[in-house]
Amino acid sequence: MKRTFTQAVLFILISTITPAVVAQNTSPIHGNFQLDAQYYFKDSLIGAPEVPQKLLSNGFANFEYVKGDFSAGLRYESYLDPILGYDSRYQGSGIPYRYLKYNNGDLEVTAGSFYEQFGSGIILRAYEERGLGYDNAIDGFRVKYIPVRGVTVKGLIGRQRSFFSTAEGLVRAADLEWNINESCDSMAGNKTQWILGGSFVSKYQKDQDPVFNLPENVGAGAGRISMNSGGWFANAEYAYKINDPSGGNGYIYKDGQALLLNFGYTKKGFGALFGAKRIDNMGFRSDRDATGTNLMINYLPALTKNHTYSLAALYPYATQPNGEVGLQGELFFNFKSGSTLGGKYGTDLSVNYSRAQAIEKTLIDTVGNPDAIDLGYTSGFLKFGKEVYFEDFNIEINKKLSKKLRMHLLYMYLHYNKSVVEGRSSEPTVYAHIGVLELGYKLNSKNNLRTEIHHLYTKHDKQSWAVLLLEYSLAPHWFIAGFDQYNYGNNDVDQRIHYITGTVGYTRKTNRITLGYGRQRAGIFCVGGVCRTVPASNGFLMSITSSF
Amino acid sequence: MKKTFQQGLLIIFCLSLNVLYAQDAGRKVPTASIKTLTGEVFSTENFSNDGKPMIIDFWATWCKPCIEELNAIHEEYVDWKEETGVKLITVSIDDARTMTRVAPFINGKGWEYENYLDPNGDFKRAMNVNMPPHTFVINGKGEIVWQHVGFTEGSQEELIEAVRNVLKEEKAASEKAN
Repeated sequence: MKRTFTQAVLFILISTITPAVVAQNTSPIHGNFQLDAQYYFKDSLIGAPEVPQKLLSNGFANFEYVKGDFSAGLRYESYLDPILGYDSRYQGSGIPYRYLKYNNGDLEVTAGSFYEQFGSGIILRAYEERGLGYDNAIDGFRVKYIPVRGVTVKGLIGRQRSFFSTAEGLVRAADLEWNINESCDSMAGNKTQWILGGSFVSKYQKDQDPVFNLPENVGAGAGRISMNSGGWFANAEYAYKINDPSGGNGYIYKDGQALLLNFGYTKKGFGALFGAKRIDNMGFRSDRDATGTNLMINYLPALTKNHTYSLAALYPYATQPNGEVGLQGELFFNFKSGSTLGGKYGTDLSVNYSRAQAIEKTLIDTVGNPDAIDLGYTSGFLKFGKEVYFEDFNIEINKKLSKKLRMHLLYMYLHYNKSVVEGRSSEPTVYAHIGVLELGYKLNSKNNLRTEIHHLYTKHDKQSWAVLLLEYSLAPHWFIAGFDQYNYGNNDVDQRIHYITGTVGYTRKTNRITLGYGRQRAGIFCVGGVCRTVPASNGFLMSITSSF
Repeated sequence: MKKTFQQGLLIIFCLSLNVLYAQDAGRKVPTASIKTLTGEVFSTENFSNDGKPMIIDFWATWCKPCIEELNAIHEEYVDWKEETGVKLITVSIDDARTMTRVAPFINGKGWEYENYLDPNGDFKRAMNVNMPPHTFVINGKGEIVWQHVGFTEGSQEELIEAVRNVLKEEKAASEKAN
């Protein structure tokens, strides 16, 4: 069935593009591709295993054809074999993503694969993060319709992608968003803007369990509101899910809830933001036995800063779907040039604090009452648990010092509950202080030098680290960089290792090729609060990307 | 499996034909639904700069080179606008996790661009963006005429040069028509 559909998409693509290519000088088809190949050496010191294939590669290419209101596309993917750190179930090649779409402005119909997000995603988000090997695209039908100005209705039905096949469970969902100011003429010029939204998602999966009586249809609903007035903004979303016993929650029959709040104020040169959330038993997958990041229907965003410097990102946070309370506050300042704090060229400053901790849980004792439905625990909505999962306080300053010299400073205090965040027992809790100094020096309009010096101080886990990065770039095409991560403080003297890598890159328009060689430490690689574990490796890495 | 591979090959063949013949010229900015910083739905077919060129810049608050690029352009943006009339449109691909940071972040940098959000990557996919930063130059007719991936200090010169070329070509075309 799937193959027939793919062939149909292919047929349309090929039959339309071939004459079009000959007929005119513009390309009717566009897309992009990426190929990563890694060559491995065994390195027992850092725990990099022998890779029998020596060379592993991941690649994909997207092709899209657009003509008027019609579009069609597909993605060819190949994992030959998957690079270490990617789920081994990706092994192989195929066309897991293909679609036909019609869009006339008010109406959009998609047949095939699609990505979608309702509200902030806490009830439904189908998306891809290729660097993580994350792809929960839905295969089925989707309709978007604008019945009146300011109102958008979406409906969908389908099965989620699971590597090179689709899940057994079925997803049905609908969403409505109403921009009040846009649809009511009397409010059109109003300074205060209101947007309301509501969604419903239901999944179906057959109960084949010999012991448990599992719900086959699981429904979830969510409501959201957002307000903007002058520089003030506030938005909230609440989601509720009925009982959904799963491998992830230990097969308890408790309902699930999630609440997300954000408010703040911003004007030119200043921004303030405060966020809070509460998650309680809100893991939601289209297969109750799915593991890892496979087949998630919703997305529970982490309310913590997404750091980019390697040592600041050494211990990243990921949301705990079984329960957490999170808070975040952030201030942004831009001191103008000429002011006392701004100096000659102006200064940017940001201060951020975030914290995540347990919700209060009182376990329900079902021992001695085998007929009772196991609800797992009770939890007061506003009661916090004692255990802290994560805490991050950081200050960043960005300043141009002279015509040639730029500086970026980061200080960060971190509290990381490794056992909880990485889901492993008896791991240490890490308290760390991290400092980063980055300097950029412009030799002339094309030649630039950049350096990063990081230090992470801690007595826990693998103790202290230092990092040095040196980069030379020749705009607009070339860069070369050397990077050393040195675990100099490790209590185990043999593990005081230099993880050195060198990288050369060439970019021309949309073609980019990088070649690197060195040691990669074992760690967690995260994008948008979703993480994958990267094992230690030693070898060459080549990456080619292009879009056309 | 073999069949899939054959299909893949067929596609690559078609693609290579395309690459041989293709130029970016003539491709309109694809239509996708994105959001303004205040959460309103916005269709990308409504991007406009009164017939003057535009730059579309895909970025994210967690992307260092993106911020460096937008900072670097910020220093010269007044001159660029004066010389070419260009307008820079930023499209943030921050998702629900960091999306609310975008507006205060931009103000905290003092940037004066036209800003949008693409939280689930719909426009990013339609524009075939692999990773940020990815910049596009759009001519007066709304067609993509130039694009570039990545940023190193100094490559903003190449970007404004591409904008100048658009103006030169448009001037030449209008003289020819007259």
